[in-house]
Amino acid sequence: MQEIPLTQLLFVSTFLFFIGMYGLFTRRNLITMLMSIELMLNSVNINFVAFNKYLFPNNLDGLFFTLFIITIAAAEAAVAIAIIINLYRSHNSIDVEDATEMKY
Amino acid sequence: MTYNILIQLRQELALALLIFILLFIKLGKDRSNESILNFINAVLFINLAAGFCCHETGALFNGMFNTNALIVFEKDLLNLALLIISMQSYAWLKESKNVIEFYILTLTSLLGMFFMISSGNLLMFYLGLEMSTIPLAAAANFDLTKRKSSEAAMKLILSSAFSSAILLLGISFLYGTSGTLTFSILTAHINGNPLQLFAFILLIAGFAFKISAVPFHLWTADVYEGSPVAVTSFLSVISKAAVLFTLVNMLYQVFTPIANTWYLILVVLAAATILIGNLFALRQDNFKRFLAFSSIAQVGFILIGISGSSQAGSASMIYFVLIYIFSNLAAFGVVSVVSALTGKENISDFKGFYKTNPMLSWVLTIALFSLAGVPPTAGFFGKLFLMMAGAAKGNYGIIIFAALNMVVSFYYYLKVVKCIFMDENTSPIEKITVPTVSKIAMYICVVGVIVTGLANVVYDYINSISFGL
Repeated sequence: MQEIPLTQLLFVSTFLFFIGMYGLFTRRNLITMLMSIELMLNSVNINFVAFNKYLFPNNLDGLFFTLFIITIAAAEAAVAIAIIINLYRSHNSIDVEDATEMKY
Repeated sequence: MTYNILIQLRQELALALLIFILLFIKLGKDRSNESILNFINAVLFINLAAGFCCHETGALFNGMFNTNALIVFEKDLLNLALLIISMQSYAWLKESKNVIEFYILTLTSLLGMFFMISSGNLLMFYLGLEMSTIPLAAAANFDLTKRKSSEAAMKLILSSAFSSAILLLGISFLYGTSGTLTFSILTAHINGNPLQLFAFILLIAGFAFKISAVPFHLWTADVYEGSPVAVTSFLSVISKAAVLFTLVNMLYQVFTPIANTWYLILVVLAAATILIGNLFALRQDNFKRFLAFSSIAQVGFILIGISGSSQAGSASMIYFVLIYIFSNLAAFGVVSVVSALTGKENISDFKGFYKTNPMLSWVLTIALFSLAGVPPTAGFFGKLFLMMAGAAKGNYGIIIFAALNMVVSFYYYLKVVKCIFMDENTSPIEKITVPTVSKIAMYICVVGVIVTGLANVVYDYINSISFGL
């Protein structure tokens, strides 16, 4: 069976990263922005696993890094969602355009 | 062996123990806020004093955790800053219903910073960084009912998550090009190939987000304005100082083979940071926003010192951070007390402040003089050493640029002093009775501002334990 080359995996992960970045900059819904950030973090995970499998299969540094990223992303999402819920209580909206009391 | 771990990890273990004690106090029966605050301040003081006792050099957990005299001293500085902030926000915390949560969040964040400073591995560094930023976002939302507070927390968590995603992409490319995460092995693999340079730029961008250097500073002012004053002073002093310490560690120890590249990056960042910080500070009226932009400008000066990449560069940066802790916290202390007792946070509210509160006015004035860098105060010597360290590279253009910008900064710092002493106001802020604990913290800051500048033992000691490229 033919193996998928490393460059194609890196292409997918880079593509995912910039889709996430595009989503973060264009979407105005806070939950969607949070999802975009998760997309960016997951693309980094693909990077780590691919590098580990293809270039350095002897030790598992990259794989363990991925596990830690997943854990921390969960913690980050928990805090972010708590903050968004609190924002919704005071603003009655989760649109970033409505949370613009402070400028310049 | 186990004994060794206890000595080298003692500052982290002490904080972790304190966090657990606080959790148990929270579970137990209700106590008055005053007794809790006095207990915590006493413990923080003991923790600070214990930090100075022994400096052991060593590495734990396969080189993941390093410690030496310099790292211990940096942690002592952060402990000192937390103690001062805790004492200054006494008046605000006494009225709060969630005192213990405030300390759990800030202490967890500090614990993360300690691990980040002593990290010897990219994984450990990333874990420390996240452990220090996630609790801070929760702390920024500490005034649950205020609209501005939740807006600030939202901006902080989104921008810090974005910056850590960028940082992680950089780390993943570094791993891809070198195959290791350990700093000491990584250095040998750094040869400046294009992918590595790209990874390095992403890494620097992540750092610049945390220290709010200019292209990445947009979150700073909003977060500082919206958060409670205690959290703002934590963000502006402690979290910035911790990331700066780590940045210097990384640049001076890991990225030595591409020193010429990062020198250019640092100079460009520094110039932009000083200029934009100064220009925006000119037009602020909210005191916290004003101090936010002034802190952005100060980071620019620190970056010039770091770009010197010598022993003096590292020493002058730590020395300036020490002075910055004293002078910035003195300014924030006055704002904190005034804001807790009257709710006023605008510079125009401070007109005629000297007539009613001469003591607070003098503290604020000395702090602002030190931030501006007027000679008898320590701020002048701090900036002088930073400039000297930066000038060692022979690039005098950036030094002249920074000196010209210092003149601009005099204008906005002294404008506040003029506002306090000279402007007429029919209804100035009424006389404020400052709690004794906060008063002691302010005196510590003022004494620190004057003594650290005049006593040369401080700089000599820092210089003796720091190291260059």
